[in-house]
Amino acid sequence: MAIGQKLKQNAPGEIFSWISQVFGKEQAKIGIYGPPNAGKTTLANRIVRDWAGDVMGAASEVPHETRRARRKANIQMSQDGKGLTLDIVDTPGIATKIDFNDFVEEHEMEENDAKDRAKEATEGVVEAIRWLDDVDGIILVMDATTDPFNQVNVTILGNLEARRLPVVIAANKIDLPESSPATLKNAFPQHPVVPISAISGYNIDQLYETMVENFS
Amino acid sequence: MSENGVKINLVSKSMLDEMSLQEKIQFILTEVKQDVILVLEEGLEPDEEAKLIESTMFEIDPESFVGIEMESQREMEADSIIGKLFQRTPYGSRASMTVVGPADKLRTVYKDGNSIEAMVLEKQTAEANGAAA
Ligand SMILES: Nc1nc2c(ncn2[C@@H]2O[C@H](COP(=O)(O)OP(=O)(O)OP(=O)(O)O)[C@@H](O)[C@H]2O)c(=O)[nH]1
Ligand SMILES: [Mg+2]
Repeated sequence: MAIGQKLKQNAPGEIFSWISQVFGKEQAKIGIYGPPNAGKTTLANRIVRDWAGDVMGAASEVPHETRRARRKANIQMSQDGKGLTLDIVDTPGIATKIDFNDFVEEHEMEENDAKDRAKEATEGVVEAIRWLDDVDGIILVMDATTDPFNQVNVTILGNLEARRLPVVIAANKIDLPESSPATLKNAFPQHPVVPISAISGYNIDQLYETMVENFS
Repeated sequence: MSENGVKINLVSKSMLDEMSLQEKIQFILTEVKQDVILVLEEGLEPDEEAKLIESTMFEIDPESFVGIEMESQREMEADSIIGKLFQRTPYGSRASMTVVGPADKLRTVYKDGNSIEAMVLEKQTAEANGAAA
């Protein structure tokens, strides 16, 4: 009876994760982290589309588009005969400052909407940081056109190193001429850095390979 | 702060050592919200940085506080061959120095394992707009 109830109450994805828990096959929870606008959701959408034929959420050129973490369970990935089952968590961009004026001035948003967005963005940052306690590995998405040493990258990386969590750095947006994936590689020689374009899919197989190697 | 200008406080290691995590975060945010830039002689640990960012989010207020600018410096590992070749920085360790201040008054740039460049910003147009409104 308990099982019948459980099945009725839950969405299909949750049943799978519940079954795999019961049989002791916990899947790896992989958080997609990074500063706002780095391309986390674009990458999450690509992963989820490639391996589950689904979408994760909306991407936007306006920062702090993702303001609640989203999770897709039971993504089955296989690369060169090796397999990996993942829960993917797309997190809100982490920032040390959020000024509603930026949304008004740079993205022509109404003041009240901008204030609401800023407030939700602060809550999103808190949620993303709290998820750090609950993930088994991380894809750290960096915008390869910006300074790799920004404080958000450094703080996330520091927490991963301190907790000994496996990380794959995705150096994103290398389709843009001003991007410099080499700068990112040199900046973090102790971690796997994979240059990709989440939007075009360039080099995405290399990322999947690196994920299977590091998260299995 | 009544006078124009930005105050810079150099905070000693011994003072920081005596504080609990909660006290440290509280101290930093109280100072920064009063437009004080802090140079911490003993930098923050990664989890302290994360906690500080988290606590900052609760303090952000559209009228008065947009958040913090922070830069932590960690010395590159020079004692290993890998360290010498690739200048590996141990991000998981405590920073040797941290500079933190109000985001609308301070811009910091990571230079290398030995220095942080900090720039105090002139009065912002956003602030001027706010004052005029
Ligand atoms: N040129 C280029 N643009 C990209 C790439 N990936 C993402 N973008 C664009 O960057 C912007 C931000 O993408 P998102 O996926 O929303 O970024 P995010 O990291 O999820 O942002 P938040 O949710 O706001 O933290 C959008 O306009 C994307 O189309 C890429 O590989 N190349
Ligand atoms: Mg997003």
